[in-house]
Amino acid sequence: MKLLRDTWLIFQRQTLLLVRQPVWVFVGIFQPVMYLLLFAPLLAPALEGPLGLETRAEVYRVFVPGLLVLIAIFGGLFQGFGLIAELRAGVIERSRVTPVSRLALLLGRSLRDAVVLIVQAVIITLLALPFGLAVGLGDLLLAYLMLALIALMTSSVSYGVALKLPSENALAPLMNTVAQPVFLLSGILLPLALAPAWLQTIAAFNPFSWAVEGTRALFSGNLGDDSVWKGLVIMAVLTALAVLWAARAFTRTVR
Amino acid sequence: MIETEALRKTFEVRQGRTVKTVDAVRGVDLHVREGEIFGFLGPNGAGKTTTLRMLATLITPDAGRATIAGADLLREPGEVRRRIGYVAQGGSTWDEVTAREELVLQARMYGHSKADAHARAAAALAAFDLTDYADRKCKTYSGGQRRRVDIALGVIHSPKALFLDEPTTGLDPQSRARMWDEIRRLRSEGMTIFITTHYLDEADALCDRIAIIDHGEIVAEGTPKALKREISGEIVSVTLGSAAELEEAADQLRTATEVLQAEPSVRKLETHDEGIRLFVESGASAIPHIAKALDHAGITIDSIELHRPSLDDVFLAKTGRSLRES
Repeated sequence: MKLLRDTWLIFQRQTLLLVRQPVWVFVGIFQPVMYLLLFAPLLAPALEGPLGLETRAEVYRVFVPGLLVLIAIFGGLFQGFGLIAELRAGVIERSRVTPVSRLALLLGRSLRDAVVLIVQAVIITLLALPFGLAVGLGDLLLAYLMLALIALMTSSVSYGVALKLPSENALAPLMNTVAQPVFLLSGILLPLALAPAWLQTIAAFNPFSWAVEGTRALFSGNLGDDSVWKGLVIMAVLTALAVLWAARAFTRTVR
Repeated sequence: MIETEALRKTFEVRQGRTVKTVDAVRGVDLHVREGEIFGFLGPNGAGKTTTLRMLATLITPDAGRATIAGADLLREPGEVRRRIGYVAQGGSTWDEVTAREELVLQARMYGHSKADAHARAAAALAAFDLTDYADRKCKTYSGGQRRRVDIALGVIHSPKALFLDEPTTGLDPQSRARMWDEIRRLRSEGMTIFITTHYLDEADALCDRIAIIDHGEIVAEGTPKALKREISGEIVSVTLGSAAELEEAADQLRTATEVLQAEPSVRKLETHDEGIRLFVESGASAIPHIAKALDHAGITIDSIELHRPSLDDVFLAKTGRSLRES
């Protein structure tokens, strides 16, 4: 009960901060929207042949899920910057001298991030509809669950790292270094079906490639596809680990 | 109210490849009584803030014991948190929210209900004279106003003991005097206040008792008055008449030092840029001898001043350093 109450408290506060400066919600999707509007039309004819897709709508069912996973990963990984600013202002230390739940200090923040991600995902989904994207509501909701898990995980990791390494100059290159291979090895922009065998083998060890594949299956209406439950389970387990690890960092932060 | 016993903290500091251990706090015993303002003094790096952060449950001691407001620091840190307030040196408010929002959130984090939190916030805003700016964003506040919000945040849950880390650093003299009044008001409400400071006048004017920490150990503890009394006797400061030449001035200073060292009433002597400080038993009886001796040696005196030992003299005697230099 205390955990729920405290989490809600921190969630409200973090949401208030965002509502005061809503511009960040849109800055976060500026790039993916550009990809959707300016890159997808270029990619579509190129993808149709090799993947054996017959309609434009099918191309968007491949492209949009990748884009959504992309903003979930990158959006989450860069949340640590906000925390560094809070550390510097003394807000975190002020929270840590109260009996507030340490897990709530983390969860309130990463849940806020997950909600923001869903708002962004809805905007992108809506923008993709005129291009012919069609997806069932149930499938879409499951896909959003997958995205929410990714956001929860990546933002938790980012918060944990920010607590242990409270410097923007260190966080930015570190997160980019982590995100680049994760991004390239998950078939976000182009499906890995097009990749050579060795690249596919490496990518199979990237948990996010399962998430991307599962999300694509959901957008294509293949709820029964193995990649769906595998992706969800892998993401759920990793999210739990990331949350526990980062909550410990909130308990232990020194100096 | 605050009792510590052999409290220790060691940090590992990495310098390139070698890991060095630093004994930040090595066995601190403190006895802070209920309802007093207790000053914790020490040069930078002496272990002041580390001790404070241990007592505020922010870092765990490596060894030792402490009881704060009746709760055991190591066994029940959650209970300690409920009973104490802590105000960090660097501030604790966020630019984009208002003082009222900060106070309500803080009260809620201490477990108070929404209605209770709003009532407490309103009371704190009134008590710290912040009502007029309560609903403006923190970034619009002056340094002094923002500092008062920090303190209000620290006492929003009516703690028994309050820890303040350098509460007046960076404030202008007016805001500083104002802050002293606020701290005294909190004491009059029955709160025990533990403050670190490196201003000796602050320790002297504000604190009922003080402790001096140096190299991680307590080197003195007592009322400012008693500590000053330990430096027995009085201090006579002599500045010499301005000589025409620099060399001549140095010569005069040397001669004066020699003459005064031979003077039986002078117990100890220190020279500095402007003149000489003499430690004597009684200034009133020593000054005529000093003046006569210097006159004999043909040295003109610019000024001769008598003062009682200050806390800085105590500090100098206990740590071998002046706090102003450190």
